[in-house]
Amino acid sequence: MKRLLALTLLLILLAPAAFAVEPSERLADPALEARARALSEELRCLVCQNETIDESSAPLAHDLRVLLRQRIAAGDSDAQAVKFLTDRYGDFVLLKPPVEPATYVLWFGPIAVLLLAAGGALIYLRRRKAAAPAAPLSAAEQRRIERLLQEDG
Amino acid sequence: MRRLLFLLPVAVFVAIAVYFLLALNPNRDPQLVPSALIDKPAPEFDLAGIGTAPGLALAAFKGQVAIVNFFASWCEPCKDEHPLLMGLQKQVGAPLYGIAYKDKPADTEHFLTELGDPYKAIGVDENGRTAIDFGVYGVPETYVIDKEGRIRQRFVGPLSERDIAQELLPLVRQLQQS
Amino acid sequence: MIIELGHFALILALCLAALQSTLPLYGASRNHAGLMAVGQSAAVAQFVLIALSFAVLVNAYVTSDFSLATVVDNSQSTKPLLYKVTGVWGNHEGSMLLWVLILSLFGAAVALFGDNLPPSLRARVLAVQGMIGVGFLTFIVFTSNPFLRAHPAPLDGNGMNPVLQDPGLAFHPPFLYLGYVGFSVAFSFAVAALIEGRVDAAWARWVRPWSLAAWCALTIGIAMGSWWAYYTLGWGGWWFWDPVENASFMPWLVGTALIHSAIVVEKRDALKSWTILLAIVTFSLSLVGTFLVRSGVLTSVHAFAVDPTRGSYILVLLVLAIGGSLTLYALRAPSLQGGGIFAPISREGALVVNNVLLTTAAATVFLGTLYPLFLDTIGGPKLSVGFPFFNRTFVPLMVPALIAVAVGPLLAWKRGDLRGALQRLWVAFAAALAVALVGLYLAGFKPILALLGLALAAWVGIGVLCEWADRVKLFRAPAAETWRRARHLPRASYAMTVAHFGLAVSVAGIAASAFEVEQIQMLHPGDTLPIAGYVLKFDGTVKVPGPNFTADIATVDVMRNGATVEVLHPERRFFPLQQMTTSVTAIRTNFLADLYVALGDPDDTNGSTIRAYWKPLTPWIWMGAVIMAMGGLLSLSDRRWRVGVAARRRLPAAHPAPGE
Repeated sequence: MKRLLALTLLLILLAPAAFAVEPSERLADPALEARARALSEELRCLVCQNETIDESSAPLAHDLRVLLRQRIAAGDSDAQAVKFLTDRYGDFVLLKPPVEPATYVLWFGPIAVLLLAAGGALIYLRRRKAAAPAAPLSAAEQRRIERLLQEDG
Repeated sequence: MRRLLFLLPVAVFVAIAVYFLLALNPNRDPQLVPSALIDKPAPEFDLAGIGTAPGLALAAFKGQVAIVNFFASWCEPCKDEHPLLMGLQKQVGAPLYGIAYKDKPADTEHFLTELGDPYKAIGVDENGRTAIDFGVYGVPETYVIDKEGRIRQRFVGPLSERDIAQELLPLVRQLQQS
Repeated sequence: MIIELGHFALILALCLAALQSTLPLYGASRNHAGLMAVGQSAAVAQFVLIALSFAVLVNAYVTSDFSLATVVDNSQSTKPLLYKVTGVWGNHEGSMLLWVLILSLFGAAVALFGDNLPPSLRARVLAVQGMIGVGFLTFIVFTSNPFLRAHPAPLDGNGMNPVLQDPGLAFHPPFLYLGYVGFSVAFSFAVAALIEGRVDAAWARWVRPWSLAAWCALTIGIAMGSWWAYYTLGWGGWWFWDPVENASFMPWLVGTALIHSAIVVEKRDALKSWTILLAIVTFSLSLVGTFLVRSGVLTSVHAFAVDPTRGSYILVLLVLAIGGSLTLYALRAPSLQGGGIFAPISREGALVVNNVLLTTAAATVFLGTLYPLFLDTIGGPKLSVGFPFFNRTFVPLMVPALIAVAVGPLLAWKRGDLRGALQRLWVAFAAALAVALVGLYLAGFKPILALLGLALAAWVGIGVLCEWADRVKLFRAPAAETWRRARHLPRASYAMTVAHFGLAVSVAGIAASAFEVEQIQMLHPGDTLPIAGYVLKFDGTVKVPGPNFTADIATVDVMRNGATVEVLHPERRFFPLQQMTTSVTAIRTNFLADLYVALGDPDDTNGSTIRAYWKPLTPWIWMGAVIMAMGGLLSLSDRRWRVGVAARRRLPAAHPAPGE
């Protein structure tokens, strides 16, 4: 509990109004800068609540943005630059979880649910079509209908 | 068959409720990010010291179990854990090294003069790059490094008496014996 | 003294809720009119008591009564009055009280306006509402009591999170709760119907208005939250797939499926057990949302102070309410008689498709939100799920759903003519194609998803108009005939047109965000920054004190063709008590696009970072949501709902007239 409180205090210190990429961070080469921006948008800021390092103004996010640009400027490919970060911070820093056995349920779940629901709907619709028509009226019910029809006019 | 289908929603809910129950475990910290470097070699670094003091480099750890504490003078929780650090080396029987994270050396010096210096040696990581190499995402954080220079455990946030007694101490003993 | 009154009223309300949940239920099973009527009086009295309790709490905040622990934690005397009031629900205890206030409000409304409900159904509905009330009132009284005292009372409070001191955010919770809690009525109706063992058209006629009202409120609540994030956070983001955002989005998705499914129950007496399930699931998702926000199992920007014991309590509530209702469903639903037969290609069929897609979408959001939690609890790797996941899974589901929105209303009940419907939509198809081609020409293939979104928005928007044109025989009959038809179309039909059109507007706004233009520069006084045909001139910043903050206010001239069209004042506010900085962005909107200017960090030489964005069609995101809600309200105002089930005529055979 105390640890949580302490970490929360830390987060309050580090998470003021959010403003993203600073002009001074940007790379000179627009193509490289574009790559850096695209990658930053898929990396989580670890000390913020649900922000990318591209959006966050936390000092750590700034450091990571600068680091990412250094790696890209040094010639790393996108995958290599991201690996540099996941080597240090783990897969948690990726906003797009890797597709691996632990995440098969996550990635294939939606399509599985869709197929299940669609299948269920199809079975339901087929059954409705095959359902027997309403039972024929009994003699008493038939007389009642005639009486009501005459009454209402 | 149809009946079974109607049981599906409640079955799914029961599974979810069980997960929620597990999630409520008070020992679980949803904000904690586990270290990606556990059992991996600690990153190379060579940092200058404060003023004329000798700095800190990875080579210093070779052959012994070491504890590395990342701290900063501007960090409130660091002040909270500092009293516990003062006797840590003696209590645990392993050297305690400090790395000052994103701190001006003058401020660090002032901090240590005021609260005491528990560290065997201190490295100054002003730009925070060494910390990033360790996977630090906030201060304070404490790492336990074994004789071969591998990171074995990370404590996020200020150390508590319980952390030291129940986790740090036994781990250091175990590593020293191996 | 007043505080004790408020506290006592709350406890009394709990006792009443306990009575309300038991006596009417017993009365309904025994057909005892007196016991059944207890439900009504209890519901109204419960509302009065909780309202009293809430008023006492509001008064404590307004008068800055720091003898109350929650006021100390969440308020300060220098806060402006509006935020003193809205701060009542800016924390866990106060927001729970708001929750039960709205719950009892809806219960009282069913009690007062439910005269044309069969008494046994009304009694059971109120009993279930009472049970929910008991659950939450015990939660409040025992774990989250807002009337606990602070000993000794401090001189001033700890203040409210500065981020909450904003009109948009201040009113976001009440609308959200009206939505979340409003769906409790549908839930109660569903459970009551399962207890009765009967679902008929009358039931659907009752469930739809309440669900619709809740849906409208939830739409507005979500839109407000999103809009607030947009103008506050400084870079124009408006949706983050944050766990608690998702927790409000899931009931919205399933609630939308519910209001559409209820149409089929009412008109065609079909899809009954599915609609009941949707009603249960919608409110269940609201409850799950409550759990996620208040238990501390997830980190989220919205999470209230974490407390696992509260979490355990809510989990028990969840198990009882959701587990109980779903078990009842498993037991009783199979015996619900299916009604009207329909072909797969028909309006019912289209609504089934709509249901399948919306619930799958909700399941996808559910999976993405909770999967990291599930993995973590079983000791798996710690993962995070963000935008990229939802873009790849949620968005593809919406494509067929949007296509169906335009087609569905053109299909007849029971057996529809798909080819005929598509033929009548040729104008919409042409419009979508035109939008796509123009977009491709202007922007190339890169923003292909955005172009698809815009094309779909055109398809839905024009398609909705095509449907209306078809119904009034526009251009196919004399103008007088068209005019006559238009005047006599039921209001609910116009409501559908308006709501679906609103959807198209929102989708267009969302898709167009791919085309935004961004300029971020460090500017010194006198510097200019060109963006999207405007030129922004920065004139420096001034420091201005506020009631509980100091602000840096920048002046930015927006110029077009050399003349100033507007002067914008983006700000940064520093709150000394909480040591927090928030930003106030300046937005110039012409309702087609936003020019969005935010103030960034200053440098040492009198300069500041200015972030300017030109966001085309972005205001349409929230305008579309408002239009959707207006459509919902229009539907609510349809006379047929107020008449409800046609009054029973005193005939010897005493059969109710079949209504419309």
